[in-house]
Amino acid sequence: MAIRQTPDGPIWRKRTTPQSLALWFGWLLLVLLFVLAWEAMTRNQIWAFVWDAPEQAADLFGRMVPPRWSYMDQLWVPLWDTINIATLGTLLAIVLAVPVAFLAARNTTPSPLLVRPIAIFIIVGSRSVNALIWALLLVAILGPGLLAGIIAIALRSIGFIGKLLYEAIEEIDPRQVEAIRATGAGPAQVLDFGIVPQIMPAFAGITLFRWDINIRESTVLGLVGAGGIGLQLKSSVDSLAWPQVTLIFIAILATVILSEWVSARVRAALI
Amino acid sequence: MSGPAVLPDPASEGARRYPRHWRRPPLISDGRLRWAIYAGVLLYLVVGIGAVEVNWGRLSEGWERGLRFLGGFVEPDFISRWDDIRAGLIESLTMTLTATVVGVLISIPVGIGAARNIAPSPVYLACRALIALSRSLQEIIVAILFVAMVGFGPLAGFLTLAFATIGFLAKLLAEDIEDIDAAQVEAIRATGAGWWQVLDYGIRSQVTPRLIGLSLYRLDINFRESAVIGIVGAGGVGATLNTALDRYEYDSAAAILILIIAIVLVTEYVSGWVRARVQ
Repeated sequence: MAIRQTPDGPIWRKRTTPQSLALWFGWLLLVLLFVLAWEAMTRNQIWAFVWDAPEQAADLFGRMVPPRWSYMDQLWVPLWDTINIATLGTLLAIVLAVPVAFLAARNTTPSPLLVRPIAIFIIVGSRSVNALIWALLLVAILGPGLLAGIIAIALRSIGFIGKLLYEAIEEIDPRQVEAIRATGAGPAQVLDFGIVPQIMPAFAGITLFRWDINIRESTVLGLVGAGGIGLQLKSSVDSLAWPQVTLIFIAILATVILSEWVSARVRAALI
Repeated sequence: MSGPAVLPDPASEGARRYPRHWRRPPLISDGRLRWAIYAGVLLYLVVGIGAVEVNWGRLSEGWERGLRFLGGFVEPDFISRWDDIRAGLIESLTMTLTATVVGVLISIPVGIGAARNIAPSPVYLACRALIALSRSLQEIIVAILFVAMVGFGPLAGFLTLAFATIGFLAKLLAEDIEDIDAAQVEAIRATGAGWWQVLDYGIRSQVTPRLIGLSLYRLDINFRESAVIGIVGAGGVGATLNTALDRYEYDSAAAILILIIAIVLVTEYVSGWVRARVQ
């Protein structure tokens, strides 16, 4: 806060002159950066394609409706595959992420200097790569199919579940652990009776949340060949069969809404 | 924790046998429902895993490729495709920045319109509908549509990311505006301020720190997404990565992945630092 003296008396201002200069300079820098980025981005842009975009959009819309409802017969199996990818991928992720979370939490890690950084590295590495990129890699390695999708979903989910779970483990009440230990419990019993009951609600919530996200992500994994309804989406887009694309969008939207409803119900029942 | 443990009653000691061990109460108290759920889960696992077709021949072939890919991480090749990688990264970064700036500029009015406490009902409904539309469509699906409309290249990616930013930021901004301290708005209004002045002095000052934090967070997300939407032709480093994998150049692909992870870590760290200072 600053007060500027003028001949008419003091005027209240929120910032001192250097502060407002710095702020102004920051905004100038942002605008400059934006203009430079925009220039670099649109250097190779063919604007003729952009100017007729409204016509293209109208044309596209005209071709997308009405959806080809009869194509739904061929979508049930891919939809089932999509749900399988998400569910089995989440289960695999739980199996892998729970030990990582215990190794990463400060209060349960066996060695804060040696093991914890490795566990944190696994979590960060998994989190910073999108499931679609994991799928791209795994399809190149394992070949196209459900398995690549399941492992891709699992690899991406390890970081998510691991991070939230280890934060939950770090926030537990140490007195309960102390009480269990005071009864003469061994380390495994302390884990089972002292820590696990405290993190179960968080664990259930995190898992359901991730399952929900995984359903969304698994609908597009097929674009790179990792199974599910995305395969149909890709072949329909590539063959310009827009009425089928519309139906697939509707199917994806319905699946996502259904999964949100299921996870909300299960969450209400469990937590 | 309540178990079936009962305090021993000396009078009837010996007449009845009391449980000597405490047992944890089950999660689902109804026994039949519990076993039905267990059986259902088991059945699903059998059916679900059975549906996964594993081609073992292909897998053993892939094993060797997997090792080569891991080898690529040990010796990433930044040089032989550097021009493509550089072009892809510049596209991704410029796309991220412009999309975040434009997305934030559009989300502010949409967010104000979607706040129940300041917007009239028709505006509220229109803005909420736009937010719901943006949130329910995945980035990659939006990217397919924009590529079909404006052609291949970073402009389609820019439009996709800007559109996705609106759904994210406008929703959170609207919720933040709905949560503000009404007394401050009341005080500004009591001085005789008009609608714009109330917005400027009563609301803006309360939501700005969080808006800055959310914008930086979205910058972070947009970069991650920009690495993906290239797969469907919307520009950025994702296209470069896809090409490298199609050519089986695992060392170049590893170099791209390392760069993506490094940039994500740097942006996450920087945006976390700025957010901690602003909020």
